[in-house]
Formats: sequence, C-alpha cells, structure tokens
Amino acid sequence: MIPLVCPAPLTTRDTVLLGHGSGGKLSAELLRDVFLPAFANPVLDRLEDQAAISVGGARLAFTTDSFVVKPLFFRGGDIGSLAVHGTVNDLAVGGARPLYLSAAFILEEGFAMEALRRIVESMAQAARAAGVQIVTGDTKVVERGSGGGVYITTTGIGLMREGLSLSAAGARPGDAVILSGSIGEHGIAILAEREGLQLETEVRSDSAALHTLVDAMLEASLEVRAMRDPTRGGLASTLNEIAAQSGVGIEIDERAVRVCDEVRGACELLGLDPLYVANEGKLAAVVAPEAAEAIVEAMGRHRLGRDAAIIGTVTGAHPGMVTMRTAFGTTRIVDMLAGDQLPRIC
Amino acid sequence: MKYIDEYRDAAVAGSIAQAIRARVSRPWVLMEICGGQTHSIMRYGLDELLPPEIELVHGPGCPVCVAPLEIIDKALDIAARPEVIFVSYGDMLRVPGSRTDLFRVKAAGGDVRIAYSPMDALKLARANPSRKVVFFGIGFETTAPANAMAVWQAKREGLRNFSMLAAHVLVPPAMRAILGSPACRVQGLIAPGHVCAVMGWREYEDLAREFRLPVVIGGFEPVDLLEAIRMLVAQLEEGRAEVENQYVRSVTREGNQAAQRIMEQVFEVTDQKWRGIGRIPASGYRIRPELAEFDAERIFGTEQITAEEPRECISALVLQGLKKPADCAAFGARCTPEFPLGAPMVSSEGVCAAYYAYRRRAPEGAA
Repeated sequence: MIPLVCPAPLTTRDTVLLGHGSGGKLSAELLRDVFLPAFANPVLDRLEDQAAISVGGARLAFTTDSFVVKPLFFRGGDIGSLAVHGTVNDLAVGGARPLYLSAAFILEEGFAMEALRRIVESMAQAARAAGVQIVTGDTKVVERGSGGGVYITTTGIGLMREGLSLSAAGARPGDAVILSGSIGEHGIAILAEREGLQLETEVRSDSAALHTLVDAMLEASLEVRAMRDPTRGGLASTLNEIAAQSGVGIEIDERAVRVCDEVRGACELLGLDPLYVANEGKLAAVVAPEAAEAIVEAMGRHRLGRDAAIIGTVTGAHPGMVTMRTAFGTTRIVDMLAGDQLPRIC
Repeated sequence: MKYIDEYRDAAVAGSIAQAIRARVSRPWVLMEICGGQTHSIMRYGLDELLPPEIELVHGPGCPVCVAPLEIIDKALDIAARPEVIFVSYGDMLRVPGSRTDLFRVKAAGGDVRIAYSPMDALKLARANPSRKVVFFGIGFETTAPANAMAVWQAKREGLRNFSMLAAHVLVPPAMRAILGSPACRVQGLIAPGHVCAVMGWREYEDLAREFRLPVVIGGFEPVDLLEAIRMLVAQLEEGRAEVENQYVRSVTREGNQAAQRIMEQVFEVTDQKWRGIGRIPASGYRIRPELAEFDAERIFGTEQITAEEPRECISALVLQGLKKPADCAAFGARCTPEFPLGAPMVSSEGVCAAYYAYRRRAPEGAA
C-alpha cells in the first residue's frame, strides 16, 4: 500500500468566493480583514446588526441590507417584501422602533416592467403593514447579463427605546435562550423554488416583520440582553455570533428547537442541517432567566411567536462555543460553517 | 417525519445501548465503512452511549475523501474550459486539487454548477446545445446507477454534447485492502446499507469468510447503527463470523438487479486510485470503450494528467481506521474546514470534518 496523502492547503484568498456572502466564517473573515480595518470606529466595531447613534439627543438605530435573492418570487414572498422585512427586522432586534426606509434598485436592462411593478407594489404593501415609510431611493440600470434582474438595497432608521441596551455582547451565564418559532422555512422555500424540487408539501417562506413581536416581548420585560434574527447562516450562526461576542458558551436542547416536518424532510433529502438554513421571520433572544417565562408567554400571544420556546441556556463553560444536547442525551458542537452548506453526494 | 422518527427514538436507542452493555465482555474494535454512518455517529453522539469496551474506527466510505488528487485535477482542467458547463454534486466544489478548487475555477469565470442528480446535467445539455456539458460522476456503488442511467439516456437521445468524468469506487475491494493490512485492528464491520441496497451482500459473504470476521449491513439512523453494533457484538461474543442484515427495510441479498444491469451496460471494472489507500486492483468503474463518446476523459484528453499527492497529513491512516483525527497534530489547528489540509476535512461526511464539527473538544460539563 502506498501512503497517498492529502493535497496542499489553499490558504490564499486572492478572489472573492460565493462563500464570502454566506454569513459564515468566510463572511466574518472578509469583515475582519478588509472592511473593519478600513472603516474602524467605535460604532461599527460593536458589530451589531444595526448601528446605534445619537443625533441631537435622540438615540437612533441605523442599518442597511442588500437583497440578491434568486428566484425573485417564491412561496411566501418576493424580493420586495423581503427587502422591507429584512431591514425592519434588523432595526427591531436592536430594540428600535422602525421609522423610515430608503430603497435603492439595481435593475438589469431588459427586465420585465410588469415584474418590477409587482415587486414594488409588494414592497409598498410590506412597508404599510410594518408602519414604515420609504422616504428616499435611487435607481441604476446595468447592461443585460451583468445583474440578476433586480437587486435591492434598503437602509432603515429607527428610534431606540429608552432604558434598553441590547447587544450580541450582552449574554451572561445563566441567561435563557429563546427562539420565536420553527426554523428553516425561508431557506427551504427558496431552494425548492430555485432547484425545482418536487416536495410533497410546499414550504412557504416565513418572511415577516418582527417589530410588533419585539414590542410584545419588551412590554413583558426589559430584561432582554441580546436579540438577532437568524437569517443566512441560520440559527447556528446567530448563536455562535452571540457566544463569540459575549465570551460565553451556549447550550441548546435539540428537542426544543422546532423544525416543521416539510423542512425536516427537505433537509433529509438534501443532506442539509436545518440549524444552518436561513429564516426571515424568526428571532433568537437571550434574556434574564427570571424574565424568560413571561417573555415566552407574551410571544405566544403574538401571531409570529405562537411557537416561541426556551431552547437553551447561556453558560460560563466553553466560551465562544455552542453545544447541543441531542434527543439521546449526548452532546455535540454546533459550529459556525465556513461557507454555504453544500448538498452531499449521497 | 414518517419512516424516520422511529429510527431516532431515544428510548429505543437507550434500550439497545443497554443491551450492548449487558452483552459485551471484552474489548472489540468495530469499523463503520460509510461516511454517512460516521456522520450520524458523531452528530448524535452515539459513541457516548456505548460501553468503553467498544471502539469505533471509521472507514474509507466518504466518496469525496477517497477521490484521488488526479481526478480532481482533471475536473478542474475540464471545468476551466470556456465551452464547458461543468456539473457536480455540491460537496466536490470545495475539494482542493493540486493548485485550485472548483469554487475558484467558478470565481475565475468557469461555468460550474451544482446539481442534485445527473439528470439535471442532461437537462442542461438539452437546453444548451452549443455548450459541452460534463457531469462529475463520482461516488460509490450508490450513485453509480443514476450516473449510468444518465449516460444511457444520453446515448438513447443522441445527446452529443453530454459527457461524464467518471471515477466510481467500489467498497468491497477497498475493504479487502484495509482488512489485509498487517496493522489492521478491525474485528467487525458495519457494511454500508445504501451500497448494499444496490449491490446486495454476496461480496460481503466473501469478506466475512476470508477474514473470519462478522459483518452487519447497517442503516444510517441512530437506532439502525446501535442495532448493527448490538448484532456485531453478539456475533463476536458468540464466536460467529457471518453476514447479517440490520437494514432489512432497504437491502436484500441480491440487491437491486435492474440497477446492476444498467451499471453493467455503461461501466466496466477498472483499477482505481484511492486517496489514503493507493491503487487497488479492480476497485472502480469507468465508462465502457463502446460509450467513449460520453467519456469526458477521452473527449478532453485528460488521461495524461497525473498528480503527486503531497505528504502532509495523516489522512492515509485515518481513512484506513488506523488513526483517529485527533491523533493528527494539524487537526483543528492548521487543518480546519476553512483551510483543509486533507480531503477528510473537506466533505461534511469526511471523518475529520465530522469530528471537527461535532466533537472538537469535549465541552466542559458535558456527559
């Protein structure tokens, strides 16, 4: 037997890879190595999903997000509603009341005007429903072939609540971890549409504006330490970010994390782990242990939090690491992925 | 979820683990062959449920991991050509070749696409008659029937712009090589359920006889794997060396004969290089000469591409079950899924990746 061994590592990153946009470790690396050193300042360096700034005595939350989803229309939403919900949610999970959005469009030459109208109408409707106004915008058109039909960037401003300080660095040992509902629906809905998967039951994206759910939580208690919406990279990435930024460990219970049958089935089929699949209408929160029950109860009365549950606890052990107690009573690590999840061969 | 939940029942798993503890009287070393089984063991922490007498070592059954550098280099060479649409299962894209990987070829302008089935590649070929569509046909006996079917279908339709870069590997010859090594400690085998669903288990009867060792064909869910281990322990404790089938819901002795027939029509058995093991006689499939017009190797003239495998990591030993990932100094430090030194760290089914993802270090306070 000849000792065949392994290939040399590819350690150079001389080009941008798709994985740099996955929300996983490659994205974190891009931030760390390219953007943060160039832009460094105390507001940015907090690495929250929204910047907290003071302007003329008012505390504002400020955030931006670009949407490049393919397909543009999917079960449960489209790029327009998603662009509103995504930015509203980034404000909401910072504890801010969303007020105003901007909308910038990059359109591809030849794109159907009818489809654009549908997208814009959907945006307008989502904004009305969320009680925010789209007050400024921009449009650029690129040559056919150099864009994906429509790309949208939305930027949002919200008003921070008094007496509340949420931060991904705020989790402390003993805190409870809450999840607002079942995971993976958005990612699977998109994948099913994109790949033409014939699933027995169609999964709908969970895309929704979460700010009124956040209102309900904060009315129940202000003892919320950290809140995030687990979008790309899924719940696993969100919990890893909180663990890393807070310097704590997180232990979740597999049985408490809800995954609907359709999503589980699709994940089985494709070899994906629902913990890493994107959501667009869910939030994860770290709260003081004594407030957890009241917050979950309040969430349960809200349409978007009916399945809210305590899924785990924050611990001083294994700082920076998320672990999961399986249904078998064993424990495993829930790591952050390098890039996107890749469907397996068999 | 129908059909799966009963195989993930914690109470059932617990009672099988209890039966194993009650039965075992001395140490036994068992090997699960398939990467999917390794992944399940790590994901559900099944080894934590076993008594200390049972040691699980992990076999070569991750198709991505055993794909030799050479075939990756051939894939990269073909994928970079402007006339080609290169279609692959997702987890091959991150596997590094000698100089680059498919993700980087894609970033540099290569038309590389992820597919869930070779039939997707046929669709692309029909839709893009001016392009050459090449499917990366890799994997064990499990993926071979669908790949064979794609070539067969292309022939039937006269699709001239479809071809396959085929490098299938076969489990029994590799197991013979591993079990025949003087360093081998394996005393019982969990055979790969999906491979046996296609091929049946006659070949494993030969292995059991030749090496006087018990073989149980196992499934992939926690209850399947624990039950297979229980059956192996019973055989070992009783001094038997037979082939038994735990995965009765999918596997028969003869296997799927329709699948075997289509494979025979399209592929022929050939010597194959395995990363970590070396060249093994009659251990792979290649496209038959009479179907050469669908053989990407011949169309693109990549037969001459060879690659020297650098000697950096211990994957050779890991893939034969002689070492555990944590025995490697680079594991988790210089070798991670972002910067894999070796193939077992690249695929999610690779044993190093499974250890890294689920078991990097025992969390404090964990059971």
